[in-house]
This record gives sequence, structure tokens and C-alpha cells, in this order.
Amino acid sequence: MIYDFFTNLFNNQIIGIIISAALPLLLFILPFVLVAVLMERKVSAHMQDRLGPMRVGYHGILQTVADLLKLLQKEDIVADVNDKPLFNLAPVIVFAGSYAAFAAIPFTGAYIGSNVDLGIIYIIAATGLVVAGILMSGWASNNKYTLLGAMRSAAQIISYEIPTILVVLSLIMITGTMNLETLSQMQTGYFWNWMILGGPGTGLDKFLFIPFTVIGFLVIYISTLAEVNRTPFDIPEAESELVSGYHTEYSGMKFSIFFLAEYANMFAVSAIVATLFFGGYQSPFGYLGNTLGAHWLIPIEQFFWFTVKGVFFVFVQMWLRWTLPRLRVDQLMAVCWKYLIPIAFVNLIIIGLITVL
Amino acid sequence: MKSTEEIFNLLKDKFGDAVIELKVDQPVESYIVINPLEIDKVCKFLFDNEELKFDNLMNLSGVDDDNEKKEKDENGNEKIIGRTLSVYYHLESTSLRHKLTLKVSTLIENPEVCSVYEIWKCADWHEREAYDLIGIKFLNHPDLRRILMPYDWEAGYPLRKDYKNPEFYQGMKVPY
Amino acid sequence: MALKTEEMILNMGPQHPSTHGVLRLELQLEGELIVNIIPHIGYLHRCFEKHAEAMTYPQVIPYTDRMDYLASMYNEFGYALAVEKLAGIEVPERVEYIRVIMGELQRIASHLVAIGTYGADIGAFTPFLFCFRDREKILSLFEMTCGARLLYNYIWIGGVSHDLHPDFLRLTKEFIDYFRPKIKELNDLLSYNKIFIERTANVGILPLDVAINYGITGPMLRASGMKWDLRKDDPYSVYDKFDYDIPVGDGRMGTVGDSWDRYFVRVLEMEESLKIIEQAIANIPEGDVTSAIPKRVKPPVGQVYSRVENPRGELGYFIMSNGTPNPLRIKVRGPSFVNLAVINELCKNLLVADVITILGSIDIVLGEVDR
Repeated sequence: MIYDFFTNLFNNQIIGIIISAALPLLLFILPFVLVAVLMERKVSAHMQDRLGPMRVGYHGILQTVADLLKLLQKEDIVADVNDKPLFNLAPVIVFAGSYAAFAAIPFTGAYIGSNVDLGIIYIIAATGLVVAGILMSGWASNNKYTLLGAMRSAAQIISYEIPTILVVLSLIMITGTMNLETLSQMQTGYFWNWMILGGPGTGLDKFLFIPFTVIGFLVIYISTLAEVNRTPFDIPEAESELVSGYHTEYSGMKFSIFFLAEYANMFAVSAIVATLFFGGYQSPFGYLGNTLGAHWLIPIEQFFWFTVKGVFFVFVQMWLRWTLPRLRVDQLMAVCWKYLIPIAFVNLIIIGLITVL
Repeated sequence: MKSTEEIFNLLKDKFGDAVIELKVDQPVESYIVINPLEIDKVCKFLFDNEELKFDNLMNLSGVDDDNEKKEKDENGNEKIIGRTLSVYYHLESTSLRHKLTLKVSTLIENPEVCSVYEIWKCADWHEREAYDLIGIKFLNHPDLRRILMPYDWEAGYPLRKDYKNPEFYQGMKVPY
Repeated sequence: MALKTEEMILNMGPQHPSTHGVLRLELQLEGELIVNIIPHIGYLHRCFEKHAEAMTYPQVIPYTDRMDYLASMYNEFGYALAVEKLAGIEVPERVEYIRVIMGELQRIASHLVAIGTYGADIGAFTPFLFCFRDREKILSLFEMTCGARLLYNYIWIGGVSHDLHPDFLRLTKEFIDYFRPKIKELNDLLSYNKIFIERTANVGILPLDVAINYGITGPMLRASGMKWDLRKDDPYSVYDKFDYDIPVGDGRMGTVGDSWDRYFVRVLEMEESLKIIEQAIANIPEGDVTSAIPKRVKPPVGQVYSRVENPRGELGYFIMSNGTPNPLRIKVRGPSFVNLAVINELCKNLLVADVITILGSIDIVLGEVDR
């Protein structure tokens, strides 16, 4: 729908594609990041028995705006010994990697950035670009600490992609499609049809799936937490050891791009988990638009439900961050290779067996 | 539990000349004075002996005794002699619950004391501090260098009574 | 043919969020494993001992505060005890009880900082703020008594500077009732957390004979299994009148003497300090606190070595006097100074992240290391 609108406006398919895929996402992500940064500060403050930002705006609502204005005015320091092309390119690549994942996520029934059949596989591949960006930033900063942080981060992200893909594969086996739009449409109806409760379909299969999809959900939630470098997996940016890890040497706008990319990535993985397991943009109770007969209301409701689910999972990520301590790097690798991958693998095999039989 | 006199008698029997004297009649602690070059043998005996078993070195302090005496020598000029630097050892036994204080004194011209690092590893940093601030050299210490002052401090040993701050240190003016 | 690998030298420099002060640790690494650690100290050396020789005995007390700035009451306590022993001054009993109450409150405050910052180093940010919230209450009790929150100048030679505020005992009792459940909350949140145990158990094991040889004292020694506390083994002031226990590490989450034990001994000690404070409040006698403070302190020629149990270990004062109002030599045996020397032994063949864990469990304060 939006695609047709832009194509007619410019009479050119390519520009229509580019704008319809990129613009609404940008308009959604940037305000979301503003809200997410504020939310993190307020949530963490209330969990720690203090108040958080209170002065800028009513109860600190405009705090992130003030932060962004400050970061824009800072001096952009590039040291002599840094590798200038890599140093300047790294934040851009990290942001591009996290942002590209949004193109294949359905926000509402009427809008998806780009309806690729590869869907989820494309998303996982695009977020892999972030690894290259992190390694570039760690190396180009010419600092032993950042190099350590970048290498740890690369190892972590690459290892934790494997359980993610195994769980996604098991889900593809249940539904038979990789396209996230189709997946969301399959989960229509009440929340009974959501993937975590066995997916659409009736019969014994659905009930047999339930324990395994729940396990799959937990595995994928933990692995995606590791992919976005959040506590308990945040050694790449461990403040007390490596003084901010791979983005120590960045200042001003480049640092804010890293920041943006981290929160955008958080929302992307929350949205993916919500779409895969919790029905994407589908409402759990049926649509108000349907009962009232106003069919134009439905995409707006779907957008609302999508955002609520995404923000809820982001909130759970923040909650975990401020409660749990950090895992050491060898323990982190042990969790991935010794625990998550075997569990995901067995899960895959069992779900495959249930689907076939 | 043994008192200082009993330990003094024990040491005098075993080591003879190395043990110099026993001072008891002063507040608050009484101590035994030992020859500085024999202190490690005496301490090894104190550490190993079954009746004494001093396994804990509580403290090791270097002191500038400030006990110089002025004398007139042959030509009638004044000469300052007799200034000593001392090291006090406070030992304790965690199993037998007794304590002991030892003192060694050397002249300031050539202050050398045997290190007790082999017996109690605790002495490592204490002796480095005594070297750094008072200037006592410990023989057989594995790594005797300054610990609290900067490594290249040329102007002497700060805790001595006649120490003066240098004017400049690496181009920076010291008294500000 | 073996590849030649070089050791990398990583500097955890004087400015670092986790070294609790200005401490420089030179790590010689092979990959991520540590071959050698060389600590470089002296960045906070403020020449306390040289200053003390130029001042009179009572004038030294504000300087003793500033050595271990997180446990100032105990520094003053140790110094006052040493000078009173040397000069033969007797203090009234009320003074002794007040000193014990202040000392134990200070012990709780210092352990809260140690526990909170330890959690923050490991990555758990929330217990840090909970600990500081509770410490604020102790600091306001101190402010009520002597006007200062961190560096007090309260315990003088021969007594204390002011008597207790009329509300002090009641508010301290309320604090004890408030704080007991908070220790349980801290245990639930941090001590028995599986990730925390994974990070700290079996890391930095200190055997008991190595500990005694290196002169380790305080919670580190108790965590290695030895029941040695100066308040019971070499009693000073009125500590022999109270009934309390000495917590010892028993290796329940790993081995005896690992970092979890050192951390947990501190948590248990806070509980014991609460018991001591309760008994002291119940039995405190009346009296005049400033009656024994002498006009001039001029001890006879002699020397004394007196020690107290700091929250970090055995704090010893060796004072030599030559009959004048100024001391001849004051040497302070700081527990952090002695405890830090053992870090090379503890960190062999561990990862860089473990250095932070071990350093946090040793609980140093650079003011005491460098004086």
C-alpha cells in the first residue's frame, strides 16, 4: 500500500522501493531510540531505589533530546595513529547492519519494508555485518583494550548465531515458510494460534509442540541477548574491565551512532522474537476494528500490538541487565557451546520428528 | 608462652656474639638487640624452633635514630659521629601466642642488614619501604628498589632527619 | 618447530574504574593467561610519617583519618590506643563503649563499600546502590555525632571530642532493626546468585600457610580457614565484654580461601557487628567523656607497637618517642599494604577478568597502601 503510494508519487519504481523501505523505518526507529534510552535510565533507576533523570522536562522526559544535542556539539576526536578509513567507517557499518534487519520485519498487516521470501535468513545474515563493524572499530582504535573487547565480541556474536539459527530452523519446519509476513499471517486469530503455543493447526501436533517451542523461545531469547552484547553477556563493553570496550575511543556523533545501533539492534531482536513466537502484529483478543466494522482501524491496532510486544521484550532485556552480574568470557563460550547448542539441536530433531510423523 | 628474657637467654646460648643486649627497663616494650649481619640466622632459628615458632612477621620498620653526638677530634674541629639507622622487627607466633621485638642498628655510613625475605615473604615490601624511605640496604633481597617514591628519585631518602626536598624533579619545581 | 610467541604487557593503569584508587598493575600476559603481575604503588603517597614527626601527638589525629579514608574511626582508634599505652593514660569506661560503637558502625559501613564495589566490578550494578543507600544511614549517624561524614577527627587521645547526641542511641537501635533484613536481601540478590558464584568460586585460592607467611590478616586470613581476630585473640578496649562469633571461610561454594569465601566472610561480619553494637548500646555506662584528655601529651622515652582489627586487617602503629611533644617515628602497618603483596601468587595462570575479581576480594584502599 505504501509502496504503491510512493511509486505513483515518483513514477519510478526504484525510488519508490527505496523510500518505502527506508523512510518509515527511520521515522519509527529514531523516536524509539529516544524513548528507549530514557526508558533504560528510568527503569534502572527505579529498580535501584532512586529516581533517575528528573529535571529536563516533566520527570526527565526530554533527557535524551538534551543528550543528543550535547553529543552533536562534541568534538570529533580522531587520533593520529588510528587507521582513518576503518575508524570512520566502523560506526556506519555497525548501524547499517542493525538497521538492515528491519527491512524484513512486518510492522503491520499493510506494511512490510520488503517482502523477501528469505525473510528470517536474510535478517540473520544482515546482523552478521555488525561483527565486521565491531572488529574494525576495535582494531582501528589502536588500543590494546579495545582490541581485546572487539575480539571477544566477535567470538561471542559468531558463536551465538548458531543456537539462533537452529531454533529458527525448527520453527521453519513447523510452519514451512521463511517469510516473516506469511508467518505472522499464520498466527492470526486469538493468542491460541501463536507459535509459542504450538502454532496454528489443530490436532495432537499442536499440543506436542508446546514444550519444545517454549524451550526454543528461551534458547533464542538468550542467544539474541548475547548477539546484542547485553548483560549478562556484555564483556565487550564491560565497564569495569575494559573501560567501554570497542567504542572507548569514539566521541561525539560517532559514539552516538554506536549507541543508536545498540538500541536499534535491541528492538530488532525483540521484534524478531515477538514475530516468531508471539504472533507479530496479531492481537491476542481479536480486533476492535472488526467488531466496530471500521476496517481502516485494523492496521493501526496491529501496529500498536507489535510495538507493545517489542517494547515489552526490550523491557525484559533491561530488567535482566540490571539484575544479573556478568559472565566471564570462557563461561560465556561454555554456555553457548556446551549448553545452548545441544539443547537447540535436540529440540530441532524432536520437532522434526513430530512434524514428519 | 615465653617472655622476652627467656627468649634472650635461649638466643644467647645458641648464638653468643650475634645477640648483643636486652633492653627491658623502658616503656612499653622490651626488645633484644641483634647484630645486623646475623639477623637472618637468628630469625631462621626463631622461625623453626619448636618452642618459639614465630611464624608471623607483624611489622618491620626502619628508623632514623637521630642520636648523633658531636665530638671534637684532633684538630679541634667538630665531628658528628655515631648516627645510626635501626630496623625493628615485631614477631608473633599464631600458635603459641607470644610476641617479640628485635632491633638491629647500623651506622649511617654503610647501612647494611641481612634480609629476612627467605623466612617470611611478608618482609619483601616492608624492606623495600625501609630502603626507599630511610636508605637501609638489605642484602640478599630479590628486588630492592623504591616502592613509594618515584623510581628515579635522586634526592635521597625522605624519612631521614636531615633530608631536604630538591628544588627540581625532572624539570618540575618541587616546593610549590 | 614451535612458534615464537611474545608476552604482551597490559597496563591496568593508574586510572581504571576497577582498581579502587590509583594503583598500577602491570600484567604480563600470554594470550589471556597471566604470567606475572607487578604492582606499582606510590601514587597516593602523602608522606604521613614525615608529617607526623613535625607535629604534636594530638595534632596527628586528622592525618590518621586520611590514611584509610573508608574506615576513619578505626584509624583514630588505633592511634589513640597506641599513644595512651605509651603515655599511660587511662580512659573512662563510657569512652571505651563509645569507641566500640563507632568502630563497629564504621566496620559495617566499610564492608558495605567493599561488597557494593565488588558486585559492581563483577557486573551487578544494583547491589552497589542498595549498599550505598544503607551506608547513607550510617553516615548520617556519624554526622549527628561529630559533624563529618567521612573524616571525623572524633576519637582523641584520652577520650572523644564530643559526647553522644541525646537521640543517638535510639536512632542506632532503629538502624539495627532496619538493617538486619537488608543483609538477607543482599544475600538473595548477590551472594547466592549462580552467575556470581561462577565468577568468584575457586578463583584466587589462598592456602593458609602462604597466607600466614605473607602476613595476611583480616577477612582474607579468616576466609582461608583460620579463626584469628584481634578482638578475641589480643583483646583491646572493652571487646572482651561482648559475646560475638568470628566467621570463618569454609569453602561451601568452592574451595576454602577462594574469592567467594573472602566476600562472604565480610557479609557475615556485618551481622556480628550488629550484635556487638546491640550489646554495647544496652550496657553503656554514664560518665564524662572529656575528663581524661590531657592538656599536653608528652610520653616518656620508649616505644610501643599496638594493633587493632581494622575492617581490612591488622592495623598496627609503631610509635617511638624521645620525650618531646613530637613523636620520633610513627610507622603505620597498613593491612592493605601487606595484603596487596600477595596478588602475584594468587593470579598465576588466571584470566584477565579474574584479576578484577581477586583485587576486589582483597579489598584495598590506596590511602592505606601508600599512606
